Amino acid sequence: MVPTSYYVILSAVLFGLGVIAFLFKRNIISLFMSIELMLNAVNLAFVAFSQAKGGNLDGQVFVLFVIIVAAAEAAVGLGIIILIARNRRSLNVERVDLLKL
Amino acid sequence: MQTPILDYLWLIPLLPLLGSAINGLFGKGWPNKIVNSVAIGSTGLSFFLALEAVREFFAQGQQFVHKEYFDWILIPGFFRAGFDLQMDQLTVVMVLVVTGVGWLIHIYATGYMAHEGGYYRFFSYLNLFMFFMLILVLAANYVLLFVGWEGVGLSSYLLIGFYFLKKSASDAGKKAFIVNRIGDFGFMLGMFLLFRSFHAADNTVISLDFQTIFHAASNPAWGHEGWGQFGTMTIACLLLFMGATGKSAQLPLYVWLPDAMEGPTPVSALIHAATMVTAGVYVVARSHVLFTHSDTAMLVVAVVGCATAFFAATIGLVQTDIKRVLAYSTVSQLGYMFLACGVGAFSAGIFHLMTHAFFKALLFLAAGSVIHAMGGEQDMRHMGGLGKKIRYTYMTMLTATLAIAGIPFFAGFFSKDAILFAAFQSPASGRVLYAFGLLTALLTAFYMFRLIFLTFGGAPRYDEHHVHVHESPWSMLGPLVVLAVLSIIGGWFAIPAVFAGGPDYFAGFLAQVFGGGEVADAAGDMSAHHLELILAGVAVVAALAGMATAYWLYLRQPQKPEQLAKSMQPVYKTLLNKYWVDELYNAIVVAPLVWFSRQILWRSVDVGVIDGTVNGVASGLTGVGDGVRHTQSGNTRSYAVWVVVGAIVIIAVIFFWPSAKTLSGMVQP
Repeated sequence: MVPTSYYVILSAVLFGLGVIAFLFKRNIISLFMSIELMLNAVNLAFVAFSQAKGGNLDGQVFVLFVIIVAAAEAAVGLGIIILIARNRRSLNVERVDLLKL
Repeated sequence: MQTPILDYLWLIPLLPLLGSAINGLFGKGWPNKIVNSVAIGSTGLSFFLALEAVREFFAQGQQFVHKEYFDWILIPGFFRAGFDLQMDQLTVVMVLVVTGVGWLIHIYATGYMAHEGGYYRFFSYLNLFMFFMLILVLAANYVLLFVGWEGVGLSSYLLIGFYFLKKSASDAGKKAFIVNRIGDFGFMLGMFLLFRSFHAADNTVISLDFQTIFHAASNPAWGHEGWGQFGTMTIACLLLFMGATGKSAQLPLYVWLPDAMEGPTPVSALIHAATMVTAGVYVVARSHVLFTHSDTAMLVVAVVGCATAFFAATIGLVQTDIKRVLAYSTVSQLGYMFLACGVGAFSAGIFHLMTHAFFKALLFLAAGSVIHAMGGEQDMRHMGGLGKKIRYTYMTMLTATLAIAGIPFFAGFFSKDAILFAAFQSPASGRVLYAFGLLTALLTAFYMFRLIFLTFGGAPRYDEHHVHVHESPWSMLGPLVVLAVLSIIGGWFAIPAVFAGGPDYFAGFLAQVFGGGEVADAAGDMSAHHLELILAGVAVVAALAGMATAYWLYLRQPQKPEQLAKSMQPVYKTLLNKYWVDELYNAIVVAPLVWFSRQILWRSVDVGVIDGTVNGVASGLTGVGDGVRHTQSGNTRSYAVWVVVGAIVIIAVIFFWPSAKTLSGMVQP
């Protein structure tokens, strides 16, 4: 059986990759994908701890919730992205700075 | 026995308060007639209730009456101050003077103020004054007395500044209030000291009731404090006397009274001549048990009184404003009263208080009538020859002048005589006090007759085409006539033993209050009788001399006074400028205070520290905001950086800060 720490390390590495991608990519679609990567890294950790606790299903349930929320988020997010792409003819995140005060 | 009013003593002060409230709250739109009837009605009723209370007081055999109505301050087992009123012989005199003279002046004021604006306001204040003054004289403890004491100060301030659009009037009001506060500070300290030391000595003393305090003071443990011994009694008495010097306009706090003449004349008559300013004398007489414990305090009272009497009389010699002459005369006569108290002749002091209330109120009211007749002119240099035109005013004012000058068988003669006699007999430098008192009597006669001759005698010095001199209405003359009668017969209550053959009724009446505190009256002692006759003779000669000098200078040789003033230029200038006391106070008290307020408190503390703090906080926050604003770049990825950094910081804290671990629940405590 694979020790839990392996899963957790893999999860941390995936999460770190997600963060780095989020910080350095410019394309909004890539940002979106890096968010998915982070969410799934967390999912992996949940499942691993669920198994480590000997069949406690709390972690599994949480994973299902995360997947549902991620799906909803993807729907909304992609809608926003399409609108941005239509309005600006660009998907460069640096040109989307309307959140400035 | 039924004593309805004595049981409900609170009705006497309450009525004027009601009148004040009604006029003050609703009187604005009312015609003068209704305001009149409320004001005169409430004080008149109060006067009749006072008469009835006095009748009952005599009917029940002059027993001391003490009524507790409700607790005001109560700390069980430690201190109690209640709304307690009392009635004894001293109160009888004071209550009758206050309500009686007060009522007459109210009636007079309806005539005098008839054409003034703020009519309802005036009577509301005047009634309020009556309320506080009655509280002052009826109170059975120092604390309640102090309520009245402060209250009359307040009404005095309001009434002096009645013409508040005139800067000099509102300034005079403020001056009166502030100078009074200085004295009140001493009065309060005196009360605190009395309670503290009496309570420490005997913990059954749990109030500042007169009875309690005086009873405690008669404990032999409080020995007699000789000259120069500064024990509790001396200091407490001197502090109380400091309050009295403020309220009763004695040296060095007399400066407010002459300026107080800015108020309407009825106010000057009621508050600044007849009643309020005598409150200090009343307090000293009321506290006679304490004062007689201390030679120092008594001598200070006598010397301050005597010095004030002489000092104010000299200033009165050269003043040209008719009301200012009377103001300085009031200060001087109050000095006489303190002189009497200081030499232990409390009943003589109270007697002079009473007669003075009659004739000085009359003098002021008559002066008001003169001013009314002259259409507002107050300068005596622009009067003259009024005697034939306003006969009633002239006759009544002459009566009062004869009374104040001490011409035999007028009221002032008996009271002044009693004071001078007591001063002469006093062992503590009595002869010096007597000499100054006598000199003051001479000066008084001179400046009062100077006033009469300048105003009523000689040839008119005003423009007869423009000023239409007219006699005042009867609402003003009536009180004058009543007060004139009182100025004549008021002194007959206390015809000394030497003239009437019987005992001095007034002193005998008050003896039940002052008891052993009085200097032993030498009644029956033939040599003392001779002495008294001689002193009375000397006083009369002095009065006549003053009168004759005034006659010679102002009627026979009208050009003489000017030559005299020229030949004695420095003296004249000093007197005319009132010894530069106001200027002196300005230089040593007011100016430094103003400088300190402006330079230190305003420019440094207020602008520098307080405004500086507020403005500093504001500009500091603006700066911080300016700096932090740049983090809001609008760039999504920079926000993401902040999120990551924040997460790292939080995780680091949780791992490396042990107590944070317990807080976050990662480690079981």
